[in-house]
Amino acid sequence: MAAHLSYGRVNLNILREAARKELREFLDKCAGSKAIVWDEYLTGPFGLIAQYSLLKEHEVEKMFTLKAGRVPSADVKNIIFFVRPRLELMDIIAENVMSEDKLQPPREFHILFVPRRSLLCEQRLKEQGVLNSFTNIDEYILDLIPYDGDLLSMESESAFRECYLENDQTSLYHTAKGLMTLQALYGTIPQIFGKGECARHVANMMLRMKREFAGSQNQILPVFDTLLLLDRNVDLLTPLATQLTYEGLIDEIYGITNGYVKLPPEKFAQKKPGEGGKDLPTEPKKLQLNSAEELYAEIRDKNFNAVGAALSKKAKIISAAFEERHNAKTVGEIKQFVSQLPHMQAARNSLANHTSIAELIKDITTSEDFFENLTVEQEFMTGVDTDKVNTYIEDSIAQKDPLIKILRLVCMQSVCNNGLKQKVLDHYKREILQTYGYEHLLTLNNLEKVGLLKPQLTTRNNYPTIRKTLKLWMEDANEQNPNDISYVYSGYAPLSVRLTQLLARPGWRSIEEVLKMLPGPHFEERQQLPTGLHKKRQQGENRTTLVFFLGGVTYAEIAALRFLSQMEDGGTEYVIATTKLLNGTSWIKSLMDRPEAQIL
Amino acid sequence: MSRAKPEDDEYWNSSKFSAFTFDDEDDEFTKMKESKRAVNSILVDDDDDDDDVEKVSWSGEPIGTKSKPFQSFSESFTDTSTRAYAPELRKPKSECKDYMSDWSPEETVRRMRKGRAYSLERFRSLQDKLLLLDEAVSLHDGNVITAVLIYLKRSLSKEILFRELMVREVALRHYVHYLKEMGEQKLLVELMKALGRTEDMALMQYKEHLNIKDEGRRRDFLKSCLSLPFSQDDAMHVQDHYTLLERQIIIEANDKRGEAEIFRKYPRKASILNMPLITTLYYSCFYHYGEPEGTFSSPANIRKTFRISEKQYILTALGARAKLKSWFDVDSLFNTKNWLGYTKKRSPIGFHRVVDILQKNNAPAQVLQEYVNLIDDPELRLSLAQKYKCHDIVIDTYKDLKDRQQLIVYQGKVERGSHEDRKIEELINNMQIRWKN
Repeated sequence: MAAHLSYGRVNLNILREAARKELREFLDKCAGSKAIVWDEYLTGPFGLIAQYSLLKEHEVEKMFTLKAGRVPSADVKNIIFFVRPRLELMDIIAENVMSEDKLQPPREFHILFVPRRSLLCEQRLKEQGVLNSFTNIDEYILDLIPYDGDLLSMESESAFRECYLENDQTSLYHTAKGLMTLQALYGTIPQIFGKGECARHVANMMLRMKREFAGSQNQILPVFDTLLLLDRNVDLLTPLATQLTYEGLIDEIYGITNGYVKLPPEKFAQKKPGEGGKDLPTEPKKLQLNSAEELYAEIRDKNFNAVGAALSKKAKIISAAFEERHNAKTVGEIKQFVSQLPHMQAARNSLANHTSIAELIKDITTSEDFFENLTVEQEFMTGVDTDKVNTYIEDSIAQKDPLIKILRLVCMQSVCNNGLKQKVLDHYKREILQTYGYEHLLTLNNLEKVGLLKPQLTTRNNYPTIRKTLKLWMEDANEQNPNDISYVYSGYAPLSVRLTQLLARPGWRSIEEVLKMLPGPHFEERQQLPTGLHKKRQQGENRTTLVFFLGGVTYAEIAALRFLSQMEDGGTEYVIATTKLLNGTSWIKSLMDRPEAQIL
Repeated sequence: MSRAKPEDDEYWNSSKFSAFTFDDEDDEFTKMKESKRAVNSILVDDDDDDDDVEKVSWSGEPIGTKSKPFQSFSESFTDTSTRAYAPELRKPKSECKDYMSDWSPEETVRRMRKGRAYSLERFRSLQDKLLLLDEAVSLHDGNVITAVLIYLKRSLSKEILFRELMVREVALRHYVHYLKEMGEQKLLVELMKALGRTEDMALMQYKEHLNIKDEGRRRDFLKSCLSLPFSQDDAMHVQDHYTLLERQIIIEANDKRGEAEIFRKYPRKASILNMPLITTLYYSCFYHYGEPEGTFSSPANIRKTFRISEKQYILTALGARAKLKSWFDVDSLFNTKNWLGYTKKRSPIGFHRVVDILQKNNAPAQVLQEYVNLIDDPELRLSLAQKYKCHDIVIDTYKDLKDRQQLIVYQGKVERGSHEDRKIEELINNMQIRWKN
């Protein structure tokens, strides 16, 4: 079912199995037939852990979406609410419970909080007078969800906002817990590096939790050699830039949620015999995207400009494979051919899908507006005219382009200039408020608080120094056959990944000066291993590093890390973990105080 | 990323694969969500078989027949005796045995974190309470910190709690977050005031307006915000916000009836209430153009009141007047008289953008041509002139650039024997001009 999770350097299926086991245990605790009422947000992440078949085996007979009013009738013994700990959801649950039909045989209610139960929520249920109606109130600790063979995410939408805007460190606590679970399954990670305030916190909590478990030694041979904890605010620039890898662009344009993307259906119209005159489908086409699909695994991390050639090559291979049938003469040969057919047909479908997606994306990447936007981004990243009001931004405001696009650009300019001149900042602010509404004052304040937008306090702009020292801009990035991570943004090498790369070789000591310019402390910790668990590395064996992005990571950064893993003389393979998979748009949206207002 | 590469294009254009059919594999999860399976009517007997385990509520009370040995931190949880909470899955039985003990702050928060029985009531002195809080903070578990804070909120006076939170940044943040979640706006504002975080308080207060639907009440609320201690810039924006809504209410009351001719000709699609300033200006330029500056709804008044930049004003007015095809108004937007009394066209935005906007509003050829001609940069002028087929401008520009070759090329694009064709013919045969090629 989830075989692709075990293909990687680290078998992440173990983690998934552990999560499934816990789910089964909870379901069995609510004995008898059951219906699940879902907080819709959770269905995505749960889909990565368990299919309906698992639930069915444990007597789940119906599923509903959490809605106000009455829970639809279902002749079951148990009603289980699977919800995030949110106050507004508690009010709906209370309404559900209170409007239960008294004439029907009574049903038992249960709540499963994901990922943690919350005092506030239980208090709210109490206030609503329904707390006593629940037989079980439990939590399902789904901290790190395996997304792919080398990728884990907590899918906590608000983690960045909480950590850097509201200063609520709960999600960091969950991170530390998740890392403890991971270590319980994959062994103690001997070396911990980190950069940033949140990284420091997480490391402290991990070390403390380890001390508390001092009695029970972990006897598992460590799978990971190193853990690197990185604060998102160490690198605010990268997510603002438009990702230019295939997967990154799919996410930028259509948004990938829980491994699925919804696409406009026109390009995917099915032509089945007998349905000739049928209208075009109106439902979006939903596709699953992960490394289980051979072709996708091959092209996802390529720069989009290299995708056309890759698809074209694949097309030739598949055509040739189908041509083979003419050469099959003997019964044995025909049998052989037929046995390969399902695989070939799957490959052909996959190719058709990705050709269609690539066509959709190409329509956008070749548009004037995309090009102009990208040009401005690249100017900022290379330090051109970052201290002046930018005409393209001004024009985009005048045309009422989506507010998030404007905010991404203005923030990028601010980050690349170590803050904007007061006059420039004031000008942007006024134009934005006048054009999009004064209430966005709140959002602008939020952006200032997290450091994405700020007035230049000193005249010293240290971004050029950082850019040059870390080689963040590479002229003539090779998009087709990359030799450096900068290919993922066609020239810009993501700062976060550069830090990761430099840590592996030659080590951070070589960049002390730059590290000091970036926010938060950098540190190294070691965790003692019981004797006998020290790994004896074979000659030429790669090290395995877990990179944890606190506050989110983009697909382009993941692509860059995969590129480093695959480098022949790299010496290190990376597994990536994060609080949330994000892109500039979803990131900025999480910081807005009234995101729906931007749909103008 | 550079734009399309030719070799790529070839693939895209010749791609034959898009016509493939694919089997739509319904993922199981979609099915799961909309499960409409018939329900088995088998009711299973209620046999909760883990009754050996002592049942303990999350807040610490043992549940069932046993009497309550102590009050938990939250009285709100005391009446849970009728229904049982099951203990947590991973909880070994032995863990619940010694809840009567006199736990240290460390032990207490550790138990809280693990969801085991605990009591906060024994922390009576201020010092004990603060030790407990500090211990909770050092664990970073928001749930535990909040639980302790709720106990402190109940058992300490506001002044003392605020004072102690001031030197405990992390606990303070959690407290603020808690008050926000619970909607305790008044207390929150008091806290911010006590902390001297007046700007935060002001913004927090201001944010409330988003929850007010009625425009009259919203306006009054915004007015009450004006005295809040915003930063200087924010204060100005909030003032503008208030003034704008006040204006919109007046305009809306008048325009709703839609008596004027223009409203019958172009009925309004939506009310102007709560629209951004620039949208309001556009509206005013559309429906109230030419009104004297003294009226609230006139563009001139709005422009002045809100200090709208010339650029923004011209762009907005241009958009509105072009939409109405009032080319005369468009013209006068750019007319300036010099000291000799001659009119000259001047624009704070590039004329190429003026042309764009006019073209989007289907301006007639001669209007378009006039503005294309005003574009300073010859390259830009040429490309737009070609795009919109302003032949005369193309020809004149090539003549100015002394580019005979291009002129000959362009001759191929105009109609044989037309006025343009003859004009080019004349030019290329003109020996007076010193062509560059």
